[in-house]
Amino acid sequence: MSSQATSTGGAAPEAAPVALAVTGISKSFAGVHAIRNLSFVARKGEATALIGPNGAGKTTVFNLVSGVYGVDAGAVTVNGVDVTHMPSRRRIGCGIARSFQNVRLMDHLSVLENLLVGQHIRAASLTDLLTPYRLFPNHRWRQEARQALADNGLERYANETVSGLPYGVRKRVDLVRATLAGASILLLDEPAAGLNPSETNDLRDHLNLLVAQGLTLVIVEHDMHFIDSICSNVVVLNFGEKIAEGPLSVVRQDPEVRRAYIGDGEN
Amino acid sequence: MSGYLTGVLVVLAFNVIAAYAVYLPMAAGQLNLGIAGFMAIGAYGAAFLTNEYGWSMLAAVPVASAAAGLVGLVIGFPVLRTHGIYLALATFALGQVIAAVFLNLEVVGGAAGYTLSAYAGPYVVFAAAIGVVLVMLYLSRTRFALYLTAVKSDPTVADLMGISVRGVQVAAFALGAMVAGFGGAFYALHYNFVEAQHFNVLLSVFTVLYVLFGGAQTVWGPLAGAMFFTLAPEALRFGEQWRYAIFALFIILFMAIRPQGLITTSLFQGFRRRSNEASP
Ligand SMILES: Nc1ncnc2c1ncn2[C@@H]1O[C@H](COP(=O)(O)OP(=O)(O)OP(=O)(O)O)[C@@H](O)[C@H]1O
Ligand SMILES: [Mg+2]
Repeated sequence: MSSQATSTGGAAPEAAPVALAVTGISKSFAGVHAIRNLSFVARKGEATALIGPNGAGKTTVFNLVSGVYGVDAGAVTVNGVDVTHMPSRRRIGCGIARSFQNVRLMDHLSVLENLLVGQHIRAASLTDLLTPYRLFPNHRWRQEARQALADNGLERYANETVSGLPYGVRKRVDLVRATLAGASILLLDEPAAGLNPSETNDLRDHLNLLVAQGLTLVIVEHDMHFIDSICSNVVVLNFGEKIAEGPLSVVRQDPEVRRAYIGDGEN
Repeated sequence: MSGYLTGVLVVLAFNVIAAYAVYLPMAAGQLNLGIAGFMAIGAYGAAFLTNEYGWSMLAAVPVASAAAGLVGLVIGFPVLRTHGIYLALATFALGQVIAAVFLNLEVVGGAAGYTLSAYAGPYVVFAAAIGVVLVMLYLSRTRFALYLTAVKSDPTVADLMGISVRGVQVAAFALGAMVAGFGGAFYALHYNFVEAQHFNVLLSVFTVLYVLFGGAQTVWGPLAGAMFFTLAPEALRFGEQWRYAIFALFIILFMAIRPQGLITTSLFQGFRRRSNEASP
């Protein structure tokens, strides 16, 4: 079980296999370093938090891992496959899917149709492409999507057009869509932002369930209580660099972390 | 059916087919301003094959449409690298080039035009248009149509979901070209005469207008747009001199008030919700 394949120190005591490894990645935009020589791993069946002040580079990490941008240096490995130079479109096939901080659903489609798009990687055959699923209300892909909505208490929105829905609902649909790719690693960018306390509780239970099922989560979140109840490992970014890593209770005592958060009102 | 009515309905049939040829790429967010060029390929293809080789319509039409689709496929790859106004310009130029080629092609009569001996009657043309509508309705029920909307709506996210954005766009463009060729083939066979000048910019622009007016969000939009544009000017015949001015004014006002077109997804959702409320 001991996989010491990565260079990051201070891993969990009984280390599970590495699902996602980010090794020495850097990225700058027009000469400004957004990410600088960042390394961390997310282990299988665990939730890893990526935290840091606004503009620290958290979303950029997700963009680099999912391939929206290419890295300037370093490597990204997903389930043992080096995806550093793989086109973004093919990375989901390696078992990694993501949600978006600023909800990116297809506005003119219904909730159910958005989820069907999320299933694409598992429904990519020519038969799937040309089956008139809309003529069959109980077609298996629709059933599956409806079930996923029911699991999240969202079934009543199935046929609503996305653009008319409240932010909290769209945020949760964005997450459900990410889960429907059948990926083993999920990158979730502020999944609890804009949710009310009861919705946040439901989300926490749902994410813990996913972890219990063996999924690997990487969660960007500002709500420390939320992180505390899900994530076993926390990576702290500041100005694109990792300044601390470990369990939340340890990390939040770190003087550099406290300094980074001064005035941020979070710690 | 009176000769006048039949004539109008035949024009409607051709306009409906052309509208769907523009609709397919537009559903994926691509403006094809050169649709007339692909119609010309279908028209000249069917004319040439029936005239020179004595092919039956049954063989000539599919081959001529496939040729238009193939040109769309081959040209779609480089052309769809461009976006927005550049894509519009590229497809516009493409349509012009294709028409110019036929204009100078002596084997098909050049500028004098080309007369056909095979003939497709009005009912054949109606059947062709109905066939196109049915195929489009079928496609609109598939994942392919879903991906067209997804690619148009957010190409970055569609790509991250594993959808080949370029693949979908090129497929839509080529399929549209094929539909245009199909319509062009029947156009030639019905009127028994083709001339390159017919496949001009105005034809392309008008067809785009049908789709914009009807709405590109749903599969019904192009049908509604083509019907409106074909039938409304006929209905306005009482004010002969002013009818095009009145018509144009109406279009401008309409597009200002409802830029998303006549038929939209929210319109359908409104219907659905109302019928849900009606049933217990
Ligand atoms: N496409 C881009 N072009 C230019 N600069 C960018 C781009 N994407 C990110 N940046 C810059 O990189 C830095 C990190 O941004 P990023 O969005 O990753 O921060 P974040 O940690 O997610 O912040 P927040 O908590 O506000 O979401 C910022 O300075 C941002 O302006
Ligand atoms: Mg962010």
